[in-house]
Amino acid sequence: MRYITLIGLLFSSFIASSQNVQMAETMRSEGKIYVVIAVLAVILVGLFLYLITIDRKVSKLEKEANI
Amino acid sequence: MRNWWKALTIILLLYTLIGGLLIPVPKQVILYESIRNLYFHVPMWFSMIFLFLMSVVYSIKGLSSNNLSHDIKAKELVNAGIIFGILGTITGSIWAKFTWGAWWVNDVKLNGSAITMLIYLAYIVLRGSLEDEQKRARISGVYNIFAFVLLLVFIGILPRITDSLHPGNGGNPGFNNYDLDDNMKLVFYPAVIGWILLGWWIASIRIRISKVTQKLEA
Repeated sequence: MRYITLIGLLFSSFIASSQNVQMAETMRSEGKIYVVIAVLAVILVGLFLYLITIDRKVSKLEKEANI
Repeated sequence: MRNWWKALTIILLLYTLIGGLLIPVPKQVILYESIRNLYFHVPMWFSMIFLFLMSVVYSIKGLSSNNLSHDIKAKELVNAGIIFGILGTITGSIWAKFTWGAWWVNDVKLNGSAITMLIYLAYIVLRGSLEDEQKRARISGVYNIFAFVLLLVFIGILPRITDSLHPGNGGNPGFNNYDLDDNMKLVFYPAVIGWILLGWWIASIRIRISKVTQKLEA
Protein backbone atom coordinates (compact mmCIF):
# COMPACT_ATOMS: atom_id res chain seq x y z
CA MET A 1 0.00 0.00 0.00
CA ARG A 2 2.85 2.34 0.85
CA TYR A 3 4.41 1.64 -2.50
CA ILE A 4 1.21 2.36 -4.36
CA THR A 5 0.81 5.76 -2.70
CA LEU A 6 4.46 6.45 -3.37
CA ILE A 7 4.05 5.60 -7.04
CA GLY A 8 0.81 7.56 -7.10
CA LEU A 9 2.56 10.56 -5.61
CA LEU A 10 5.39 10.29 -8.08
CA PHE A 11 2.97 9.98 -10.93
CA SER A 12 0.80 12.91 -9.84
CA SER A 13 3.86 15.09 -9.39
CA PHE A 14 4.97 14.06 -12.87
CA ILE A 15 1.62 15.05 -14.35
CA ALA A 16 1.67 18.32 -12.44
CA SER A 17 5.16 19.16 -13.60
CA SER A 18 4.34 18.39 -17.21
CA GLN A 19 1.30 20.63 -16.97
CA ASN A 20 2.89 23.61 -15.31
CA VAL A 21 6.46 23.73 -16.45
CA GLN A 22 6.88 24.67 -20.07
CA MET A 23 10.35 23.60 -21.09
CA ALA A 24 12.10 26.32 -23.03
CA GLU A 25 13.68 23.98 -25.55
CA THR A 26 14.23 24.78 -29.19
CA MET A 27 11.86 22.04 -30.25
CA ARG A 28 9.03 23.62 -28.25
CA SER A 29 9.54 27.22 -29.33
CA GLU A 30 7.74 29.26 -32.02
CA GLY A 31 4.61 27.17 -32.17
CA LYS A 32 6.65 23.94 -32.45
CA ILE A 33 7.50 24.63 -36.09
CA TYR A 34 10.79 22.77 -35.56
CA VAL A 35 8.82 19.59 -34.99
CA VAL A 36 7.23 19.98 -38.41
CA ILE A 37 10.66 20.61 -39.93
CA ALA A 38 12.01 17.47 -38.25
CA VAL A 39 9.13 15.37 -39.58
CA LEU A 40 9.44 16.74 -43.10
CA ALA A 41 13.22 16.33 -43.02
CA VAL A 42 12.82 12.66 -42.05
CA ILE A 43 10.40 12.11 -44.96
CA LEU A 44 12.67 13.95 -47.40
CA VAL A 45 15.81 12.12 -46.27
CA GLY A 46 13.91 8.83 -46.40
CA LEU A 47 12.84 9.49 -49.98
CA PHE A 48 16.40 10.49 -50.92
CA LEU A 49 17.79 7.27 -49.45
CA TYR A 50 15.16 5.35 -51.40
CA LEU A 51 16.12 7.15 -54.60
CA ILE A 52 19.81 6.41 -54.00
CA THR A 53 18.98 2.71 -53.47
CA ILE A 54 17.04 2.62 -56.74
CA ASP A 55 19.91 4.42 -58.46
CA ARG A 56 22.38 1.78 -57.21
CA LYS A 57 20.07 -1.05 -58.23
CA VAL A 58 19.91 0.30 -61.77
CA SER A 59 23.72 0.63 -61.81
CA LYS A 60 23.96 -3.07 -60.88
CA LEU A 61 21.49 -4.01 -63.62
CA GLU A 62 23.47 -1.96 -66.11
CA LYS A 63 26.61 -3.85 -65.17
CA GLU A 64 24.83 -7.17 -65.66
CA ALA A 65 23.41 -6.09 -69.02
CA ASN A 66 26.79 -4.64 -70.09
CA ILE A 67 25.62 -1.14 -70.90
CA MET B 1 32.87 12.22 -58.49
CA ARG B 2 30.42 12.29 -61.39
CA ASN B 3 27.40 12.16 -59.07
CA TRP B 4 28.19 15.49 -57.38
CA TRP B 5 24.94 17.00 -58.67
CA LYS B 6 22.91 14.36 -56.84
CA ALA B 7 24.54 15.43 -53.58
CA LEU B 8 23.82 19.04 -54.55
CA THR B 9 20.15 18.11 -55.10
CA ILE B 10 19.88 16.71 -51.58
CA ILE B 11 21.64 19.69 -50.00
CA LEU B 12 19.55 22.26 -51.90
CA LEU B 13 16.25 20.56 -51.09
CA LEU B 14 17.05 20.13 -47.39
CA TYR B 15 18.01 23.82 -47.35
CA THR B 16 14.75 24.63 -49.13
CA LEU B 17 12.78 22.78 -46.47
CA ILE B 18 14.53 24.30 -43.45
CA GLY B 19 15.08 27.79 -44.88
CA GLY B 20 11.67 27.75 -46.51
CA LEU B 21 9.89 27.22 -43.21
CA LEU B 22 12.12 29.32 -40.95
CA ILE B 23 13.39 32.37 -42.84
CA PRO B 24 10.99 35.31 -42.32
CA VAL B 25 8.62 36.16 -45.17
CA PRO B 26 6.76 39.40 -45.93
CA LYS B 27 3.38 39.62 -44.19
CA GLN B 28 0.56 39.78 -46.72
CA VAL B 29 -3.16 39.56 -46.15
CA ILE B 30 -4.97 36.45 -47.45
CA LEU B 31 -1.63 34.73 -48.09
CA TYR B 32 -0.06 34.87 -44.61
CA GLU B 33 2.33 31.95 -44.09
CA SER B 34 1.02 30.19 -47.19
CA ILE B 35 3.35 32.45 -49.19
CA ARG B 36 5.95 29.80 -48.33
CA ASN B 37 4.24 27.53 -50.86
CA LEU B 38 6.15 29.55 -53.42
CA TYR B 39 9.21 27.40 -52.62
CA PHE B 40 7.35 24.17 -53.27
CA HIS B 41 4.41 24.71 -55.63
CA VAL B 42 6.07 26.93 -58.23
CA PRO B 43 9.24 24.80 -58.63
CA MET B 44 7.00 21.82 -59.50
CA TRP B 45 5.95 23.67 -62.66
CA PHE B 46 9.47 24.86 -63.40
CA SER B 47 10.69 21.28 -63.12
CA MET B 48 7.90 20.06 -65.38
CA ILE B 49 8.66 22.70 -68.01
CA PHE B 50 12.38 21.93 -67.80
CA LEU B 51 11.80 18.19 -68.27
CA PHE B 52 9.43 18.78 -71.19
CA LEU B 53 11.95 21.18 -72.73
CA MET B 54 14.73 18.58 -72.49
CA SER B 55 12.31 16.03 -73.92
CA VAL B 56 11.63 18.14 -77.00
CA VAL B 57 15.38 18.72 -77.40
CA TYR B 58 15.91 14.95 -77.52
CA SER B 59 12.93 14.55 -79.86
CA ILE B 60 14.50 17.01 -82.31
CA LYS B 61 17.87 15.26 -81.95
CA GLY B 62 16.17 11.93 -82.59
CA LEU B 63 14.30 13.22 -85.63
CA SER B 64 17.47 14.60 -87.18
CA SER B 65 19.65 11.56 -86.44
CA ASN B 66 17.25 8.59 -86.43
CA ASN B 67 18.96 7.44 -83.23
CA LEU B 68 16.43 5.53 -81.13
CA SER B 69 18.20 6.20 -77.82
CA HIS B 70 17.10 9.85 -78.11
CA ASP B 71 13.52 8.64 -78.39
CA ILE B 72 13.83 6.73 -75.09
CA LYS B 73 15.14 9.87 -73.40
CA ALA B 74 12.29 11.97 -74.81
CA LYS B 75 9.70 9.46 -73.56
CA GLU B 76 11.05 9.12 -70.02
CA LEU B 77 11.54 12.88 -69.63
CA VAL B 78 7.85 13.33 -70.44
CA ASN B 79 6.92 10.58 -67.97
CA ALA B 80 8.86 12.27 -65.18
CA GLY B 81 7.54 15.71 -66.19
CA ILE B 82 3.94 14.52 -65.90
CA ILE B 83 4.54 13.51 -62.26
CA PHE B 84 5.73 17.04 -61.49
CA GLY B 85 2.74 18.48 -63.34
CA ILE B 86 0.35 16.37 -61.26
CA LEU B 87 2.09 17.47 -58.04
CA GLY B 88 1.92 21.09 -59.21
CA THR B 89 -1.81 20.77 -59.90
CA ILE B 90 -2.61 19.18 -56.52
CA THR B 91 -0.48 21.62 -54.50
CA GLY B 92 -1.93 24.54 -56.45
CA SER B 93 -5.43 23.30 -55.80
CA ILE B 94 -4.84 23.15 -52.04
CA TRP B 95 -3.28 26.61 -52.07
CA ALA B 96 -6.16 27.99 -54.13
CA LYS B 97 -8.76 26.59 -51.70
CA PHE B 98 -7.33 28.59 -48.81
CA THR B 99 -6.47 31.80 -50.62
CA TRP B 100 -8.84 32.14 -53.58
CA GLY B 101 -11.62 30.17 -51.87
CA ALA B 102 -12.12 27.20 -54.18
CA TRP B 103 -10.28 24.02 -55.16
CA TRP B 104 -10.50 25.02 -58.80
CA VAL B 105 -11.25 28.40 -60.30
CA ASN B 106 -11.77 29.30 -63.92
CA ASP B 107 -8.40 30.89 -64.26
CA VAL B 108 -6.59 30.88 -67.60
CA LYS B 109 -3.44 29.50 -66.08
CA LEU B 110 -5.27 26.65 -64.31
CA ASN B 111 -7.22 25.62 -67.37
CA GLY B 112 -4.15 26.11 -69.53
CA SER B 113 -2.04 23.84 -67.37
CA ALA B 114 -4.84 21.25 -67.29
CA ILE B 115 -5.01 21.25 -71.10
CA THR B 116 -1.22 20.96 -71.23
CA MET B 117 -1.32 17.91 -68.97
CA LEU B 118 -3.90 16.30 -71.26
CA ILE B 119 -1.74 17.05 -74.30
CA TYR B 120 1.20 15.28 -72.69
CA LEU B 121 -0.94 12.37 -71.53
CA ALA B 122 -1.99 12.04 -75.17
CA TYR B 123 1.72 11.80 -76.05
CA ILE B 124 2.00 8.70 -73.85
CA VAL B 125 -1.22 7.24 -75.31
CA LEU B 126 0.02 7.95 -78.85
CA ARG B 127 3.27 6.11 -78.14
CA GLY B 128 1.39 3.16 -76.73
CA SER B 129 -0.68 2.85 -79.88
CA LEU B 130 2.31 2.53 -82.24
CA GLU B 131 4.07 -0.83 -82.54
CA ASP B 132 6.89 -0.08 -84.94
CA GLU B 133 9.86 1.51 -83.13
CA GLN B 134 11.05 3.73 -85.96
CA LYS B 135 7.56 4.92 -86.77
CA ARG B 136 6.82 5.52 -83.09
CA ALA B 137 9.98 7.57 -82.65
CA ARG B 138 9.20 9.76 -85.65
CA ILE B 139 5.48 10.35 -85.07
CA SER B 140 5.79 10.95 -81.33
CA GLY B 141 8.83 13.14 -81.96
CA VAL B 142 6.83 15.41 -84.22
CA TYR B 143 3.91 15.38 -81.79
CA ASN B 144 6.27 16.32 -78.95
CA ILE B 145 7.38 19.48 -80.78
CA PHE B 146 3.73 20.39 -81.34
CA ALA B 147 2.98 19.69 -77.65
CA PHE B 148 5.77 21.91 -76.39
CA VAL B 149 4.66 24.81 -78.57
CA LEU B 150 1.16 24.44 -77.10
CA LEU B 151 2.64 24.36 -73.59
CA LEU B 152 4.35 27.69 -74.25
CA VAL B 153 1.07 29.14 -75.52
CA PHE B 154 -1.11 27.80 -72.68
CA ILE B 155 1.23 28.38 -69.75
CA GLY B 156 3.53 31.14 -70.98
CA ILE B 157 1.57 33.38 -73.31
CA LEU B 158 -2.21 33.18 -72.75
CA PRO B 159 -2.09 33.88 -68.97
CA ARG B 160 -0.06 37.00 -69.70
CA ILE B 161 -2.39 38.51 -72.26
CA THR B 162 -5.61 37.80 -70.35
CA ASP B 163 -6.35 38.32 -66.67
CA SER B 164 -5.19 35.61 -64.31
CA LEU B 165 -5.37 35.27 -60.55
CA HIS B 166 -1.74 34.21 -60.58
CA PRO B 167 0.75 36.92 -59.68
CA GLY B 168 2.82 38.19 -62.57
CA ASN B 169 0.08 37.61 -65.13
CA GLY B 170 -2.34 39.91 -66.89
CA GLY B 171 0.38 42.12 -68.28
CA ASN B 172 2.60 42.30 -65.20
CA PRO B 173 6.16 41.13 -65.40
CA GLY B 174 6.59 37.68 -63.82
CA PHE B 175 7.07 37.26 -60.09
CA ASN B 176 7.75 40.84 -59.12
CA ASN B 177 5.03 40.85 -56.46
CA TYR B 178 6.77 38.29 -54.29
CA ASP B 179 10.24 38.15 -55.58
CA LEU B 180 11.19 41.67 -54.63
CA ASP B 181 11.75 40.43 -51.11
CA ASP B 182 15.41 39.47 -50.73
CA ASN B 183 14.72 36.90 -48.03
CA MET B 184 12.45 35.00 -50.38
CA LYS B 185 14.93 35.08 -53.25
CA LEU B 186 17.42 33.51 -50.86
CA VAL B 187 15.28 30.38 -50.69
CA PHE B 188 13.35 30.53 -53.96
CA TYR B 189 16.28 30.34 -56.41
CA PRO B 190 18.05 27.43 -54.67
CA ALA B 191 14.64 25.73 -54.39
CA VAL B 192 14.04 26.00 -58.15
CA ILE B 193 17.50 24.56 -58.92
CA GLY B 194 17.05 21.80 -56.33
CA TRP B 195 13.64 20.67 -57.59
CA ILE B 196 14.75 20.79 -61.24
CA LEU B 197 17.79 18.65 -60.38
CA LEU B 198 15.52 16.19 -58.56
CA GLY B 199 13.35 15.94 -61.67
CA TRP B 200 16.42 15.34 -63.80
CA TRP B 201 17.62 12.66 -61.36
CA ILE B 202 14.31 10.79 -61.46
CA ALA B 203 14.12 11.08 -65.25
CA SER B 204 17.70 9.82 -65.62
CA ILE B 205 16.88 6.72 -63.56
CA ARG B 206 13.80 6.09 -65.72
CA ILE B 207 15.92 6.45 -68.87
CA ARG B 208 18.50 3.96 -67.56
CA ILE B 209 15.81 1.45 -66.57
CA SER B 210 14.24 1.83 -70.01
CA LYS B 211 17.58 1.17 -71.72
CA VAL B 212 18.35 -1.89 -69.59
CA THR B 213 14.86 -3.28 -70.26
CA GLN B 214 15.28 -2.73 -73.99
CA LYS B 215 18.66 -4.44 -73.97
CA LEU B 216 17.34 -7.42 -72.01
CA GLU B 217 14.36 -7.80 -74.34
CA ALA B 218 16.48 -7.65 -77.48
